[in-house]
Formats: sequence, structure tokens, C-alpha cells
Amino acid sequence: MNDMTPITTKPKDWETDQEVRWCPGCGDYAVLKAVQRTMPELGVKPENTVFVSGIGCSSRFPYYMETYGFHTIHGRAPAVATGVKLANPELDVWIITGDGDALSIGGNHTMHLLRRNLDCQFLLFNNEIYGLTKGQYSPTSRVGTRSPSTPFGSVDRPANPCAFALGAGARFVARGIDVHKNLVATLKAAHAHKGASFVEIYQNCIVYNDDVFAGFTDKKAAPAKQLWLENGKPMLFEGGARGLALDTVALTLKVVDVEGGDWAAAGVIVHDETNRSVAHMLVEMSAEAFPVALGTIYHSPAPTFESAVVEQNAQAARGKTADLQKLISAGQTWQVEKEPHVL
Amino acid sequence: MASAARELTPREASAHPVPESIVVRFAGDSGDGMQLTGGQFTLSTALAGNDLATFPDFPAEIRAPQGTLFGVSAFQINFGSTAIETAGDQPDVLIAMNPAGLKVNVEALKLGGLIIADEGEFNERNLAKAKYAANPLTDGSLAKWQLMSFNISQLTMDAVKPFGLGNKEALRCKNMWTLGLALWMFDRSRDPIVDWLKAKFAKAPLLVEANVAALNAGHAFGETAEIGSDVAGGLKQHALAPAPAEPGLYRTVTGAESISLGLVAGSKLADVDMFFGGYPITPASAILHHLSRLKEYGVTTFQAEDEIAAVASAIGASYAGKLGVTSSSGPGIALKGEAIGLAIMTELPLVIVNSQRGGPSTGLPTKTEQSDLYQAVYGRNGDAPMPVIAARSPADAFDVAIEAVRLATQFMTPVMLLTDGYIANAAEPWKVPDMAGYAPFPVTFREEAPAEGEAFLPYARDAKGARPWVKPGTPGLLHRIGGIEKQQGTGNIDYAPENHQAMTDARRDKVDGIAAYIPDQEVTLGEEGSKLVVVGWGSTFGPIHQAVRRLRARGLDVSHVHIRHIWPMPRNLGDLLRSYGKILVPEMNTGQLKTVLRDQYLVDAKPLNKVSGQPFRIAEIEAAIEAALA
Repeated sequence: MNDMTPITTKPKDWETDQEVRWCPGCGDYAVLKAVQRTMPELGVKPENTVFVSGIGCSSRFPYYMETYGFHTIHGRAPAVATGVKLANPELDVWIITGDGDALSIGGNHTMHLLRRNLDCQFLLFNNEIYGLTKGQYSPTSRVGTRSPSTPFGSVDRPANPCAFALGAGARFVARGIDVHKNLVATLKAAHAHKGASFVEIYQNCIVYNDDVFAGFTDKKAAPAKQLWLENGKPMLFEGGARGLALDTVALTLKVVDVEGGDWAAAGVIVHDETNRSVAHMLVEMSAEAFPVALGTIYHSPAPTFESAVVEQNAQAARGKTADLQKLISAGQTWQVEKEPHVL
Repeated sequence: MASAARELTPREASAHPVPESIVVRFAGDSGDGMQLTGGQFTLSTALAGNDLATFPDFPAEIRAPQGTLFGVSAFQINFGSTAIETAGDQPDVLIAMNPAGLKVNVEALKLGGLIIADEGEFNERNLAKAKYAANPLTDGSLAKWQLMSFNISQLTMDAVKPFGLGNKEALRCKNMWTLGLALWMFDRSRDPIVDWLKAKFAKAPLLVEANVAALNAGHAFGETAEIGSDVAGGLKQHALAPAPAEPGLYRTVTGAESISLGLVAGSKLADVDMFFGGYPITPASAILHHLSRLKEYGVTTFQAEDEIAAVASAIGASYAGKLGVTSSSGPGIALKGEAIGLAIMTELPLVIVNSQRGGPSTGLPTKTEQSDLYQAVYGRNGDAPMPVIAARSPADAFDVAIEAVRLATQFMTPVMLLTDGYIANAAEPWKVPDMAGYAPFPVTFREEAPAEGEAFLPYARDAKGARPWVKPGTPGLLHRIGGIEKQQGTGNIDYAPENHQAMTDARRDKVDGIAAYIPDQEVTLGEEGSKLVVVGWGSTFGPIHQAVRRLRARGLDVSHVHIRHIWPMPRNLGDLLRSYGKILVPEMNTGQLKTVLRDQYLVDAKPLNKVSGQPFRIAEIEAAIEAALA
């Protein structure tokens, strides 16, 4: 990997000859385009890139990327990806998953991938519904979601993907929106982070859950409901007219008005992406009273799992030679020189 | 290294006061160190040149309540001057460290066999826990056996007194006292035990001294105590001649060890590094433990979050160009089922080791059974064929593990290796093979990009039906695989009816075709066309072999066929089976191989089944053969 020649690719180089088979108008198309636009900017080689997915609409993704790809089984993409990365840490591994795949059937693997901090990009397409199985409610569906399996509305409380990720020990947590131009920047940030990069992408399911995110994705709602975070910048939204401040008594965030651009006077805090406590508050903000925190919410690198494994393997092997004959001849042995007697 | 070879004196050779083999069972509380005592006795026995087989039998509870019947831990060893293939039907000697150990094991003891009991433990409390109304050492209820009881607890305390240990610690040396006595009884050297104690307690010299003192005291007790060696019912010293064995270097090996070593050897012969994904489960964990120490052999081990992640990570590693291996026991294999199907669909090499235990569900975690044969052959959704092979003994497991790697890498398929709790834990002497005698079977990764204008076909097949193995990172060979039905050749998604038919056939033909690349079935003992053949697989090898040998010695027309390749079966097996008058299939299940044989060959295979969690006794199989031939 010492070849310093810059790698130049175009978005087209990352497309396969396979016909894309999502429903017309599906948010997945936008994410696919965003990823294919991101890849050339990363300066990486298609042959060193592996897309691993589970099962669900989004998990068809690898078939459309001109890279190595593995469409695995429901929920298990993180486990397969772990084997891929441990077997060859040089590979650039992307995991494509959905809310059902990553948080229901595969919740356990998601948790362990994040706590181990395997170096990979983990893109969770959250549409708050099971699309491929025709519209059942999912672990991220809001209470009251009517679906074929919950005709009277769902009664269980949804999981919050980013809160789950932080709880599991993720060192990079970000959010994006399928059709938003900022998604490329978020994906680039995710790729730049060495370790497990958790990205929740709000993805519209046009057939079974259309407009479920319209409350903050609609053009009209966006200014008041989208807070795009930038490290070192004040947490402002609504064109800088409002911002987030810390309620030092309740130890919560609060929305404050900013007069004449003087955010400091309004007490608006500056985004420090290494601050885990604030990250927790940002991902837990209620949809009614707050905007949705987007972009890189938390970023604080730590040693990666595969590098620790490689290092320990090397250390344990240091100074030892792999002599198979010696290995099988180890332990307490004895020599039989000739047959003592014949029966 | 000890030398076991010596010439027999003429007296030894002619006299026959000494039995050819002796079975000793150590039984006590799970905290008494019985497995350790047995293991060390095994070592000194191996070093004395006897052939041997062991049977560790312990509870699932790590520290079951002291003194209880369900907390009894036992270790049986059969050793002798002839070839030993089972842990022995009935113990000749039972060493009972407490009333519960006596109660659970005494009925298995040979009529007239010797009981050695620690009377210090036969107090009211322990007798009550073992549900004895009266003390069996004094109430005459053990009259059909020879009973020697002495206060081992007190004798141990006296022996270790100079070292100032606390009561509890001092009593812990009981097992070494007992071992010392056993070593004296069978004329075994104490040296390897002393070496082992020194290494084990390197950081606590006081414990070394105390344990060695206990060991010596037990030995001296046998030698000098008031028990005359000629007195009937007294302790006798047995000197068993070394067993005849091919010249060479020997060691003892458990199945878990030999499978681990075989997997490493297989990966070297295949010239590919191994990735092992495992999740702790009894009795399979020992393989994970062994392999995790072998980093210098290119082994990466990964303790996954669950059984599914263990197999899925192994599949991911195989995709990335290492040999993926996973291991479990029945319940874990069930969890892996869907992922094994993925490996079948994506046609990636994968070795799955199943150390079978009693089932269903959690079943009998520490007891042995062979009841996962159906699961191995048939236990997946869809038409999902996969080679299945089985180890018959701890030593055999080495070659079987190599064979699993060969099949997986040569045919791009998952392979199930069946072993069981008995093989995993049991030890036997193993003649260390010369690795130069194994033919390598190096894998070839496809690296060459197709010619300009031609597409790479990840599902093109070679003469064996195997598809190419490509490492991600290779330019020009980019491709996608997955669990959805693949188009022939391209591997793209394809639901077309004729394509699914063709791919299902191709997967079946590939696995069936393996039969052309495995050895023909041999007659393990005997010949073709006998009146009766006993067909076995896995760990029933020992008792079947001994039973057939004994009956042949008595002139019965019986043979033994032991199957290693369960799926596909050797090509000559059908004709071979049809050459016999009758077919008897002993299995530690309710008749699984029997069903497969009937299905494959329409032969009248008759079952002999045992699912008690204990291996077959030779006598049970002998009786069944005799009944069948009567």
C-alpha cells in the first residue's frame, strides 16, 4: 500500500451493470447516488472496497456497487464484516443495513461491532418500517404506527438508533437525510474516522411509510427543524435565528433565540464533537420541542478492534517459529523403540 | 522422554497372573480434583508404555453443592498391555473419595472388584447427602466387593502438617495422596507428577512441597502399611507390561487437542491461514482454547458475541481469503444453520466442528451422544447438501480434521466434522505422525483478470464442480455474492425456474461428486460377506471393535465396518453392505445412521441404540451380536 499515485475514479466507475430494483421514488436511490459520488472523493480503489449487507430493501445495495460485495443473511452483516476485516484489515469495509436488520434481528451484532470499534462504515437506512416484507412496523416505528401486523397501532416504544449506538460505545455517530446534499460530506467524515462509523440515514419509504420524516425534511420545515452540526461552530438553526444552549440547572439542552447574530450572548454552545455527554443530549432531543441534530454528532477516535487483534497476534508470535512437526510432538512424549512383545 | 520398551522376562511372558488390562475409576466431589488426578494418572500410565483410554464423566455444574449425588465427578481409565479402545466396561477398582462418589459408581464395579474409600468423609452429614441410611463401609452392604477403607483425609492432613497449611488447603492435597497410592498399586513413576506439580505451583513452593509430600505419603502407605500384599483382599501391586505398539514417538492426546492440531495441519497443507470464530459451549470450547494459543501458525481466533456471529465471521473470513472455521455443540450448530446455508449458497470453504452432546435443547451438556447426525446431513432449510465426516477416536480426529480442510478448500463447500463429548475429553496415546507423509493440497486463488471484453464468472465451475476462490483486493475480479439464488456463471441474482433447478442440481452434484475423491470403504475388522456386519461411526469405534474382536476370537462370523465419510458415503459402501447377511448399527442415538443407510441403499440395517449419556459397553454390543446371530 505504498503506491502514492493518486487514485482517480468517477462516480460511474462505481456503478454495476445490474438494474436497480427499488420502488420508483425510493430514498435508497438517493443514498446510492450519494455513495457513488462519495467514493471518487475518497481516493480509494474499487477492488479494495467491500460492501457487506444483511437482508431488507437497503441490503440489495452491494449488487449496485462495482466493488467486492457480500449480500449476507438477515441481521448478520456486522458479523460477516468482522470476519472480512479481521481476515484482511487492508480492505475498506462498508456495512449497509436497515432499522429492522440492524436493530431488531441483528441488534446484538450491531452492539458488539460498535463496542469493539471495528474499522468500517456502518450505514443504517432508517425508514421506520419493514419494506421488503410489505410494511410491518419496525423497532424504530413510532408508537401508534398502523401496519399489517399492528392494525390498531403499535404499542411498543421505538429504539433511537443514535442513542443505541452511543450506548454501545460507538466512537463516531452521525446522521444524514437520503436526499440532502450534506450526505456526501457526512459519508466522507465517516470514512475519515478510523473505527466503526455509525451513520443513521433517514430514508423515505415511498410505499409503506411515505413522508414519515416530512416534519423535518420538508423544504418548509427544514430551517426550523434541521440543526446541521459542525465541529467548533455554534449550534445554530433557522438561519442563525435560534440555537441550542445548556440549561445549567436542569442539565438539559434548550432552544434559545439569537438576537442580531450574537449567539454568544444568547448562550448558544459550540459543537465539540468529542463531547460524549452533549452527544447524548443531541440524539435524545424530542421532535416536538427541538430540531433534529444532523451531521457528525460525536467523533472521538479510539484504537480499532482489528488493529488490536493484528498487534496481539504479532506479539504472541514474536520469536516463535511455526514448526508443525514440533507442535504435534509437544507435551509429555515417550519413545517406543521396538515392539515389546507380540500377542 | 521415557522409554517404554523393554524385553519381557521369560517368567513375565509365560505367567498369566496379571490381567491384560485394568479399569480404574476415581470418583469424588466435583471439588475433589478427580479430573486432575485422573489426568495425571493417565500421563504416568502412558509413560509406562501401556495403551489406555479414558472417560472423564463430570457434572454440568462447575461447583455443584459439596457431597451431593449430582455433584459427583468421575474419571475412568482403562489401561493395559493389549490394545485398548474403550474406557472399559466395568471398573476393577473404584476409588471413592466420599459417600456420594461411592453411591453413584459402585454398581458399575466388577463383582469382586476393589473399593478404596476415604472413611474420613463417611460422616453423618455426607452420608445423609448421599442418601445412605447407614454407613455402607460398616453395614456389610458392600460384601460382594473387596473393601479397603482408611482415613485418607486424616492421613493427608498428617502428611502435610509440616507445611502449616490451613485445614481447607491441606485437605485439597487428598487427591495427590490418592494418586500416590494408585501409582504404587500399578507400579508407576511419581517423577512426571512431581515435575508437573513444580510447574503448576511454580509461584507457590509451599504448595509444591505439600502436594509432593501427600503424593509420597500415599505411595508409602501402599508400600509399607500393614496391608500385606499377599493377603486376600489386600492391596496388590499390579505390574502391567507395556502394550505392543509400533515403534515411534508417542504422546497422549484428547480429541479437542487433536482436532485443533489437525485444523492447523490442514491449513498448512492447504497453504492458507486459518480464522476461527467460536462461542463458548460445552464440550466444544476446548478447541477455541487450544487454537487461541497458536498465533505463530497463522491462526486468528475470534470469540464472537454468539454462535451466529461465530459462523458468520468465519464465512466473512473465508470470503476474504482465509480458511473460516467454527465449532460448537448441537444447540450452537442449530443456531448456525441459516449461516451454513449461506456458505452452501455462496460456495465458500468453511469447516464446522460439532462436538455432540446429549440433546435435544440444552440436553446433557457434559454427556456424550451421537444424535446430531440428522442435523448434520439434513438440518438446513432448502436443498442444502454438505459433506459430513466423523472422527472415531481422539487420535483419529487429527486426520479427520485435515480431511475436513481438504474437502472444504478443494470443493469450495462447508464441511461438518462430527465428534462428540467423549472424544473431545477422552485421552489416548497417539503415535505422532510424520507430517512429511501428508500430501499437501494447496489452494489456488484466482488472480488473473479475464481477457478484455470478457466478464469474470464467479460461478464458473471446474471439473470437480467447484467455483473459483477470489480474494477481495484482487483487481479485475470484482464480483458480488449473496444468499439469493445465483445465476449460473455470473452469480447475479436470478429467480428463473430453470436456473434454480440447474443451480440446485449443481450444488447437489458437486457434493455427491466428492465420493470420487474419497477412499473406498474398508472393512475395519473381518472381511466381506460375513454373516453379520456391525456398522458404526464416530466414538462407538472402541466398543464395537472390541466386541467384534472378542466374538471373532470365539469363532463367530462377524465383521466391523466403521464409516468416516457420512456424506457423501464411499462409492463401494452399498455393495459392501449388501455382501453381509445381517447389518447391525449401534449408535448413541435412536437410529440415525441406520435410517440413512436404509435410505441410501435399501438395506435391512437393524439399530442398537443407547442414549444414557454413557458410551456403549463392549458387553452390550457383544450381546446384541450374539442375539442377532442366534
